[in-house]
Amino acid sequence: MSVAIATRAESTAARWSVRWIVQRIQRSLLHVAVLGLTLVWIVPTLGLLVSSFRPTASILTTGWWTALSPPYQFTLQNFQDMLAQSNMGTAIFNSFMVSIPSTVIPVTVAAFAAYAFAWMKFPARDWIFLAFVGLLAVPLQLTFVPVLSFFVAHGILPDNLISIGLPPWVGLWLAHSGYGLPFSTYLLANFFRNLPSDLFESAEIDGAGPLTVFFRIVLPLSVPALASLVIFQFLWVWNDLLVALIYVGGAPEVAPLTVNLADLTNSLGQGYQLLTAAAFFSMIIPLVVFLSLQRYFVRGILAGSVKG
Amino acid sequence: MASVTYDHVVKRYTADLTVVKDFNVEIKDKEFMVLVGPSGCGKSTVLRMLAGLEAITEGQIRIGDRVVNNVAAKDRDIAMVFQSYALYPHMSVYDNMAFPLQMQHLKKPDIDKRVRDAARILGLDNFLQRKPRALSGGQRQRVALGRAIVRSPKVFLLDEPLSNLDAKLRGQTRIQLQKLHRDLETTFIYVTHDQVEAMTMGDRIGIMNAGILQQVGTPGEIYDHPANLFVAGFIGSPTMNFVPATVSNGSAKASGLEVKLPKPLPPGKGTLGFRPEAVTDRTVEGSTAMDMKVDFVERLGSDQFLYGQVGTDQVTARVDPRMAVQPGDKVKLGLDTRGLHFFDSVSEKALL
Repeated sequence: MSVAIATRAESTAARWSVRWIVQRIQRSLLHVAVLGLTLVWIVPTLGLLVSSFRPTASILTTGWWTALSPPYQFTLQNFQDMLAQSNMGTAIFNSFMVSIPSTVIPVTVAAFAAYAFAWMKFPARDWIFLAFVGLLAVPLQLTFVPVLSFFVAHGILPDNLISIGLPPWVGLWLAHSGYGLPFSTYLLANFFRNLPSDLFESAEIDGAGPLTVFFRIVLPLSVPALASLVIFQFLWVWNDLLVALIYVGGAPEVAPLTVNLADLTNSLGQGYQLLTAAAFFSMIIPLVVFLSLQRYFVRGILAGSVKG
Repeated sequence: MASVTYDHVVKRYTADLTVVKDFNVEIKDKEFMVLVGPSGCGKSTVLRMLAGLEAITEGQIRIGDRVVNNVAAKDRDIAMVFQSYALYPHMSVYDNMAFPLQMQHLKKPDIDKRVRDAARILGLDNFLQRKPRALSGGQRQRVALGRAIVRSPKVFLLDEPLSNLDAKLRGQTRIQLQKLHRDLETTFIYVTHDQVEAMTMGDRIGIMNAGILQQVGTPGEIYDHPANLFVAGFIGSPTMNFVPATVSNGSAKASGLEVKLPKPLPPGKGTLGFRPEAVTDRTVEGSTAMDMKVDFVERLGSDQFLYGQVGTDQVTARVDPRMAVQPGDKVKLGLDTRGLHFFDSVSEKALL
């Protein structure tokens, strides 16, 4: 990748000419800036990673960078302890149980809605769309009280949900879906609108109804946009602490990893080594999701905003 | 197999934006009808109303005896080839062509047979598993045709299907399309802005301008007897010569020439029209002579065009390619009065 970029930026000016030197300097500055930013981001992460593999005694006495020189002392003890302790296994399971439906539900609903907004004619379509997208501007915090009182009034709370045989996270799913929908719909509607209208007309003449067009033409062509949306939403839900804390509370049997980590910080002021392992574990999942969908991610952003 | 009738068809977007005005034409069964006109003249809208992609504001469109104003596009038994081809990019050539048949819930073996037949006709046998992006422009165009053929529709609609091809391929495809029309024995309606396509392919041509159908006729009729100034100027390349002229006593007088009219016209001002090939270096018996000051010379091998001034008017002449002329020369040319046209100065209608 870096090779490709270097080739593309190759100077056209003659060697040692003024223009050539200026171009060289400009490019070096750019490289320095990018390298600097990357370092600022990566050093703490690296520290976290290294620390999570160090024995407790070393963590408490020396800085993480000392581990990078001999004598090497690494251990998996922290991860073992972390998983054995404080419901960590349950918390990881809960995180998946929260994140997956909270990604699938809003993306699915948004895809249908965006298709209607982009390609179907109905009264006041543009106004409804505007109102919908306008919800993007509503601060999350503003919704806590009304939504929570609604949940309380209608029994959408973990204990009550379990007692009627539903998963305890339903309220969280609903909340995350609600928070994710405006952006998802906006992104997808823009993407769908940029699909060539000829395709839709051609399909109409060929005899395809709206649902067929949606499933057989729009969805396959929108894989990049859908993938990037899945990443956005998954990352947001996985990393979320606030919403989870508000709607399911601190109950360890239903709380996701983030809530558990926050608890760890409070109760285990001394358990620094466990925190590093847990924090690293919470980072690795979104990283895997991101890297596996990354090539769609980049394409999707370009495709959605600039042109289809 | 069916005729198509446009009966006083109007397309209006808003009260003061009418893109098709009182459109009347009857397209016969198995006819190859070409609609031609400059961009924005409403020709595509005419086609799209027939396809069911645009609502009809006023009037009636009939396919055969059936009024189709309120029939859904898929039930009109038509097939359309788009300028962009509109191939489904994520489907193979085979699936692209099978798609309309799957929508009709045909049985798999039937679909397979129809797709393979169409592919054989169009020479696409070896590309059936490819995606559109792995095809050349010409091949994509044939897939678009194939998707229309498999349905064996009553009417084929083609919206500028050749405009994305390079010049050589366009020439070949033009001939293929005509052959296809002959083999399929179906009504074709073909929209283009290219007068060469119109002249070479159409059984009849309809010329449109500003939402109004100007003239309908065979290529010969339209070339030899344009109904008005617009048609005369639109068809033919290089375009017809137009010189302002005054009629009196059975002859028309322009700034640099005077011709005797083959038929008497009421005296008054108007526009005299004659095609470049009516101006020659041969001074035929009974033809009118004129003097031209040559500005440009264009040698095409088979032809030689002279662009210059006759009096104060711009005139183009087609002369023998062996005639030696240089820019700046003054030449004596003859005008064949058999190909004279005269247009009314107000209505722009042809009087001659």
